[in-house]
Amino acid sequence: MSTSTLTISAPDTSHPTRGGALLRFLRAFVKRPAGLAGLAILVCVAVLALAAPLYMGQNDLDVTKVSGPLLAPPSGGYPLGTDQAGRSILLLVLWGARSSLAIGAIATLLTVLLGSSVGLLAGHYQGWIGKGLMHLTDWFIALPSLPLAISLAAVLGQGSTSITIAIAVTSWTGTARLVRAQTLAVEARPYIERARALGAGNLQVMLRHVLPNVAPLIMVSSTLTVASAILSETTLTFLGLGDPTSVSWGSMLDAAFAGGAMTAGAWWYLLPPGVAILIVVLGFTLTGRAVEHILNPRMGVGT
Amino acid sequence: MSLATDPPAAADPATGARNHDSAPRAAAARSAFLHYLGSKLLAALVSFAITLLIGFVLFQLMPADPVQTLTRGHPTSYAQMVHLRHQLGLDQPVWRRFVTFVANTLQGKLGDSWQFQQPVSGLIAARLWPTLLLTGASTVLSIVVGLWLGVRSGWRHGGLLDKVTSSVALTFWSVPTFWLGMILLIVFSVGLGPIPALFPAGGMSDPSLPQTGFTHIVDVARHLVLPAATLVLVVFAQYTTIMRSSIIDELGSPYLLTARAKGLTDALVRRRHAVPNALLPSVTVIFLQLGGLVTGAITVETVFSWPGLGYLTYQALQVPDLPLLQGTFIFFSASVILMNLLADVAYRFLDPRVRAQ
Amino acid sequence: MTLLQVRDLAVSYRDGSGTAPAVRGVSLDLDTGQTLGVAGESGSGKTSMALSLLRLLPPGARTSGQVLFEGEDLLSTGWSRMRAVRWSAASVVFQGAMNALNPVQPVGEQICEPIMLHDRVGAKAARTRALQLLDSVGIPASRFGAYPHEFSGGQRQRVMIAMALACRPKLVIADEPTTALDVMVQAQVLQLFADLVREEGIAVIMISHDLAVLAQMCDRLAVMYAGRLVELGPSGQLIGAPRHPYTAALSRAFPVIGDPASRRAPSGLPGDPPSQARLGAGCSFAPRCPVALDACREREMELWTCGDGRQAACLRVLPEYSAPQGESS
Repeated sequence: MSTSTLTISAPDTSHPTRGGALLRFLRAFVKRPAGLAGLAILVCVAVLALAAPLYMGQNDLDVTKVSGPLLAPPSGGYPLGTDQAGRSILLLVLWGARSSLAIGAIATLLTVLLGSSVGLLAGHYQGWIGKGLMHLTDWFIALPSLPLAISLAAVLGQGSTSITIAIAVTSWTGTARLVRAQTLAVEARPYIERARALGAGNLQVMLRHVLPNVAPLIMVSSTLTVASAILSETTLTFLGLGDPTSVSWGSMLDAAFAGGAMTAGAWWYLLPPGVAILIVVLGFTLTGRAVEHILNPRMGVGT
Repeated sequence: MSLATDPPAAADPATGARNHDSAPRAAAARSAFLHYLGSKLLAALVSFAITLLIGFVLFQLMPADPVQTLTRGHPTSYAQMVHLRHQLGLDQPVWRRFVTFVANTLQGKLGDSWQFQQPVSGLIAARLWPTLLLTGASTVLSIVVGLWLGVRSGWRHGGLLDKVTSSVALTFWSVPTFWLGMILLIVFSVGLGPIPALFPAGGMSDPSLPQTGFTHIVDVARHLVLPAATLVLVVFAQYTTIMRSSIIDELGSPYLLTARAKGLTDALVRRRHAVPNALLPSVTVIFLQLGGLVTGAITVETVFSWPGLGYLTYQALQVPDLPLLQGTFIFFSASVILMNLLADVAYRFLDPRVRAQ
Repeated sequence: MTLLQVRDLAVSYRDGSGTAPAVRGVSLDLDTGQTLGVAGESGSGKTSMALSLLRLLPPGARTSGQVLFEGEDLLSTGWSRMRAVRWSAASVVFQGAMNALNPVQPVGEQICEPIMLHDRVGAKAARTRALQLLDSVGIPASRFGAYPHEFSGGQRQRVMIAMALACRPKLVIADEPTTALDVMVQAQVLQLFADLVREEGIAVIMISHDLAVLAQMCDRLAVMYAGRLVELGPSGQLIGAPRHPYTAALSRAFPVIGDPASRRAPSGLPGDPPSQARLGAGCSFAPRCPVALDACREREMELWTCGDGRQAACLRVLPEYSAPQGESS
């Protein structure tokens, strides 16, 4: 095995520092219009969602306190129309963003934690632990996700927590596979062997050496995971598994469906939540893809 | 100098000796295939076992006391509850219950639905055909549309069709399936603005029409259009993507230059040479995507009240009807595992290069 | 009788920022039944030149000049005429050992394909003819339905030859036909090919970087360097008494099969061929030439006649520059 000359020669000033790497990444990111568009969307949505309590009062959401026309098409005072209770659809969509984004984010966090842990362990421990975890991941992938998510959420009871857990349980395999592959790649590098020879324990190897290398990939994978988590949340809430009292995009569509918005031709009830989901998911997808392209320029032709 | 043969090579029998060599080679190929089949079968069985385990944990161990749920609203004495618990086998040790559970499931005894008061297996059997019809039709259409678009997009990648297709596909992937269904419903069934009501709003057939014969077939077909369209719109993109990259992979291959040198038109080169080679890697992916179709079917059937297994699941969720949910969960999982197994086997057959190994 | 006349053929590729010339002003003639070898290193433009004759280059390539095949300029005909000419009048033998055959189609069908397309016959007649062709290259009829991967490299090359002869072309362009084969197999395949084309009176343009192969097969040789022809003439004379220093270097690098005198250790040539982008005035070979003069770097090179049927693009063949050839064999 050849020895690297880096350890012997004078400090290589052309070798980028951590801060320099971040700067290069940002500069590369700015050059990608799709990624910038995605990021802009996310920032806008986040701001609108977080600031919602500032421009909306509880009165706008309370069915007993609103005074708008019932299930009315868009008009001056209500740019996106009203629902069956007379609430402004526009305000509902903006308020719903909070719930959908929150669940999406938390579910993604759980997914990433679970998936990364399994992936890291599976890649690091080559013996029966590693093989066992890999088989476990493969078996999980074989199970169709929606029936499992539905069953889990149903058994755990209605509510946001159940949905979040159900999403995490059905989404972790993607991250696990990714992290495992990257862990194997990183641990095959010579400097890991040297680190072990110098006495680094398992935990140290994993946390100090593998994790920093895997982190960028996890970051990319999370943006795409959030997108699919939001879609899953919407689906599960639509099917009736969400919190009946809170407003989210899924609950709006459920209300539209159950309340006969379609037979009434109330397209304004139907369109905004879906378009909102589209915008947010596109935001995450575009950002994630842009980051992916930067981190891995050897992506396939034609992407 | 003899022109007849090359110097004998291991895998290349001389002219006359071919028949002698082929018998042991065929036998070796057959046993390799059986070995492959065996390992895939084993993997599928293990997956199914895991499914049963998860089903057991989810539906038998986790929920609240079923006796309580069953007797809610009916005044029941403690003794009656104990008796009921014994009848349902709930007082057995866990491992015993698991064995009973597995035995029952394998015999098709999936319990009774709480809301329909009928055996779950009977309900599943009754709703199976509509789901098969819907997913089958959607799959075939998605494959045809998806592959066609993939071939054209990849052949002239970077061109207009390519860009439009990928944007459209991305958009459809980024919205919930059921929302697309609802939009299609409101536009084409209820009628929006100038567009008249073209298709029925739900169900599988019109009860006022005869339930057999040609009228019935046309009626069902009319009801099938919107739900199938919804599924196709969401699913086609997967096939397009895989076919597109397969075609792009083939684009630089020398045999395409040979085909062009023979004087074939661009379309013939694409159709007769590039596509068959690009199709092979796509096939496995096609089968593997069938699992995703199951997911879509659940929500689409709900939106269109299509009387299949997906709608059954939705109905089970409303109560929640745990035995019914358990039954549909096991059934869906088993189906997808079976699909994946068939995919692996089919792929082995289709690639002549793999066949030869 | 002149079959092919190439005039000022030039090919350039668009590569992102600019255009890179691959072939710069090649002119040559080929008579019926004649065999011409085109020799040169990788990057000399020989494959681009050969493929451009039938307009088989990728979409990013720009071709100019004239390719008169039996009097018809192939570079300016319409596409349907071009497709009709391909294979039926002039076919190509690619490197069969590599992926030049469709992996998922039986070889018999691949041979039938051009027959049915150009001769307009049905499947049965095409199959009969294909079996004849396979027989003529020594592949048994039982292998008609076999797939390319079931053959060895040498067999695949013979299939390619059979396929190229399917429509009885007048010209066959062979692009490195034996490069990927073992030496013994190479000799067999070449002999087969030579016999078949001689029987039918087919003209051949054979491209190779292997001078020994070309010397064995071809009556005449053309040597290309950096997109230009640098020497042209009967192959025996060219190799035995080269007039261009590059040809001399090439012939020293390859011992000729069957010639004991050339079996001494082959000598190489220092330096690399010029990249397509950086080509200046004067002779492109000057930087590596052992006998270069100052004038070589300034004067525009042409193919000057230097014997009966011989041409060389070297100042040294001109009377005013000729000096005793110190480096000849």
